[in-house]
Amino acid sequence: MKDEDPSKSDQGSGLSRRDFMKLSGLGIGMPLVLGPTVVRAAGEDVVVHGPGKLPISLDVNGRKLSAELEPRVTLLDALRDNFNLTGAKRVCDRGECGTCTVLLEGKPVYACMVLAIDAQGKKITTIEGLAEGDALTPVMQAFVDHDAQQCGFCTPGFVVATTHFLQQHPNPTADDIRRGLSGNFCRCGTYDGIRAVAHGKRADGSAQRSLLHAREGGES
Amino acid sequence: MSDYTWPDPASRPLLGKRISRVDGPIKSSGRARYTYDYNPQGLLAGMVLRCPYAHARITSIDTSAAEKMPGVKAVQVIQKPGTEIFWAGDEVVAVAAVDERAAEDAIRAIKVQYEVLPHFVSDAEPPANIAPTSGPISQDDFEDMEGNQVPDEQVVAAIRQNGISFHVDDNYVKELQGYGVDASVIAALRAAKYAEAKGPSSPYKKTAVQKQGDPDKAFASAAAVSEGLYGASTITHCCLESHGMASEWTSDSDLQVHISTQNLSGIAPQIAEPAGIPAGNIQVLQQYIGGGFGSKFSPDRWGIATVQLSKSAGGKPVKIMLDRAAELEVAGMRPSAFARVKVAADNNGKLLAWDSRSWGTGGMGGGGTPPLPYIFEIPNQRKQHVAITTNQGSARAWRAPNHPQAAVITMSAIEDLAAKMNIDPVDFITRNLDMTGPRAKIYRDELPIAAELMQWKQNWHPRGDKTSGPVKRGLGLSIHTWGGRGHNSDCDLTIHPDGSVEIKMATQDLGTGCRTIITIVAADTLGIPMENVKLLIGDSRYPVSGASGGSTTSGGVTSSTRRAAVDARNQLFAKVAPALNAQPEDLEAVNATVRVKGDPGRSLSWKDACAKIGAMPLTVRGKNPDKSKPPDLTNSGVGGVQMADVSVDSETGIVRVNRMVAVQDCGLVVDVKTAESQVKGALIMGISYALYEEKILDPVTGRMLNPNMEFYRLAGIADIGELKVHMMTGKGYDERGVIGMAEPPVISPGAAISNAVANAIGVRVPFLPITPARVLEALGMA
Repeated sequence: MKDEDPSKSDQGSGLSRRDFMKLSGLGIGMPLVLGPTVVRAAGEDVVVHGPGKLPISLDVNGRKLSAELEPRVTLLDALRDNFNLTGAKRVCDRGECGTCTVLLEGKPVYACMVLAIDAQGKKITTIEGLAEGDALTPVMQAFVDHDAQQCGFCTPGFVVATTHFLQQHPNPTADDIRRGLSGNFCRCGTYDGIRAVAHGKRADGSAQRSLLHAREGGES
Repeated sequence: MSDYTWPDPASRPLLGKRISRVDGPIKSSGRARYTYDYNPQGLLAGMVLRCPYAHARITSIDTSAAEKMPGVKAVQVIQKPGTEIFWAGDEVVAVAAVDERAAEDAIRAIKVQYEVLPHFVSDAEPPANIAPTSGPISQDDFEDMEGNQVPDEQVVAAIRQNGISFHVDDNYVKELQGYGVDASVIAALRAAKYAEAKGPSSPYKKTAVQKQGDPDKAFASAAAVSEGLYGASTITHCCLESHGMASEWTSDSDLQVHISTQNLSGIAPQIAEPAGIPAGNIQVLQQYIGGGFGSKFSPDRWGIATVQLSKSAGGKPVKIMLDRAAELEVAGMRPSAFARVKVAADNNGKLLAWDSRSWGTGGMGGGGTPPLPYIFEIPNQRKQHVAITTNQGSARAWRAPNHPQAAVITMSAIEDLAAKMNIDPVDFITRNLDMTGPRAKIYRDELPIAAELMQWKQNWHPRGDKTSGPVKRGLGLSIHTWGGRGHNSDCDLTIHPDGSVEIKMATQDLGTGCRTIITIVAADTLGIPMENVKLLIGDSRYPVSGASGGSTTSGGVTSSTRRAAVDARNQLFAKVAPALNAQPEDLEAVNATVRVKGDPGRSLSWKDACAKIGAMPLTVRGKNPDKSKPPDLTNSGVGGVQMADVSVDSETGIVRVNRMVAVQDCGLVVDVKTAESQVKGALIMGISYALYEEKILDPVTGRMLNPNMEFYRLAGIADIGELKVHMMTGKGYDERGVIGMAEPPVISPGAAISNAVANAIGVRVPFLPITPARVLEALGMA
């Protein structure tokens, strides 16, 4: 039986049926490339986006941000180039280094490995959304106290990853830290400080403290 | 006369304490904006088409299709048809387009044809029968000698004997003077015969045999002789922020540049000629840099391309940042160095003779000669080096150029000799410290401290862990040295009548803590909190300060800041003295007050004191060096000792670092916290190149096989073990002045880890990185 519902063959895009109808409606008075087209493939109707730009709307740090983007644009590039949120860095651009880590529905992801079009309808939290204004979250402050940063280029990714890690492991073991923070690389060699942050040590190495007072943006 | 001396320990409210870096909050909150993050309205994305062949000649370039594509704003041919390309990844054409997607599509639409030429990328041991090369010294070779701290008289002799293949003009002399190159060397360069360099007919360039003493007789009379093969493979810099630059013509003759650089003050002079405007019309900006490690001193060809692309695009800003593959393939490489070594000692365990035949590649640029034997002035020596020219992006200075390679070759050979003689290597090195020159006392202080922190005596065993089970444990050590004298640095320090203080300096903070130590020195001298000091760096319109290379920044920027702060303080005292009924020399600036020494009741708050300046702010210029304002506040020559504790799984070949200990001297430590971070970072970078990093070139295609971060592996948080750092401070150290320390602690880790592996498994793994395959091969199991 033929499935006429385009949203069913479009599960990766995050577009709801309503979005699709809106987009199709837009398509009437706009160049064809703006809206998705439907083609027959392997006996099914398949929705095809692009290759031109289409309106994309993202829920970032509690704000709705919109831009016209080609479907091939990654979430990372959309955040950095279109919305000027440059805390997440682009280093390897293929899911190897962790410097672009953001939270998607509360879980850390490499933003270079997610297409912006697929991130629609999901709650995205970047390093900029963790803190209120210029205030530092306890995790950020701990990075300062333990000097867990040098050039600072890997630091935002590590702060996001560590924030989520500590939510999952409030009292981590050394092994938890080795496993839990292995998704990020640093070139200057700041791991010793980051380890101290994750252990919840004070800068003088003394008592434990909780770092869980961060505004847990995106936590589900 | 003003006293610029560093204050004694009792009068250092901030200096030498443990202070958090001043740019910590902006970095940890993700608000720090790097060159990669520069994103003004209307920014055009630049991208580069690179040559896929390791050696080729461009026969034709067709950019017509790309030029017509929507969104493409400028196309710039970087290397024209007919040009010979010497390494894969070299720049051919650059484009600027409205966004990266458009630029990428345009790059794909450009058609370039090449005549593919034979390439050579192997740095395997050269054939035995090649003849020594004679001929003029190239600029690369000369700068390598200086970088390697070859003694001045040897450099002068080499220049006189061989002539030079480069021209020495006044600008170059000035640059050399800036780096502290000795007058005798400069005079020799000026007097040298110029000769055309001969084209590389063979990839092998063999030096003459360097001989000292009577090595043959010494080896014959020795109590023990050890022979071995040692070395370190080529690695890359792998800066997390790739190289890149953005250019914008703000008028027909004014250019604004954002660049990721270690050399903020030195960029405009390198751009002026290709831009066709005076250097003074070029403003260079950079607030934060995501790593350099010696690879970011030049605007590079892609940077110059942004200047031209922006001009073609009506002055709009154009930014090119290298992608990861290009970053690893062309934007930074550390030369390899390997050697067959024979080393001998007498029956007291005193080093007697050294013989080395070394080789390595620095890509097309030749590459440095490792300073062998490292540190130890062994009385009888014979050595010869072969530099191999290979078709790959030229070597760039990599944190302590040539020293890590020299350390792994020398310290491994010495440790093998000690093992052969059944002498504990700590004891063996201690017996030979009289051969380490002026640093002997430092090593003598440091070795027992390191041994104590490592619990060496309790944990060390003779070669080969004899306990049962596949996992073997061992200890190793290495020592190192570096110069680190402060570079030329100017700064302006202003005290405003409202009490605020501002410093301007065209320097850069690589994450070393440069901002922090400048602020500490100013606040410490003026007796005010660090929050009162506003530090402005990263703009070429501020007073010129040197490039951050060779660990020269800390000594330079702190010296100029100290002189400026002392002068400003004394001028303030002169204005304030009448109000306090005192002479200026009787005043002191302490705890945010200006007060009469010994009579703290007679004081003014800092703010009230500054109000006496009058309507106009007070600005002074601080300089380094400044012979008119003694003493010298910086110095050269540091010593360090490192030890490693490793476990080696003899069944899988996997090496794990359990612990590393570093004991480091750098004269007067300005901030203990950031200094320790530097050393820890160097240990981690050292673990990384000792065990994981290797730039692997494919002999068939001549291309790098691992230009990504999956297969060009950096150490991760799980790989580093426990790190202990001890900074030498106090008497004997503080009074030496401030000495840079970014490089020295990265020298020893490879050697210390290699020695620990040999101690664990009883055989030497010759080359770094010590991969599982190399361990198994050394164990005869591969």
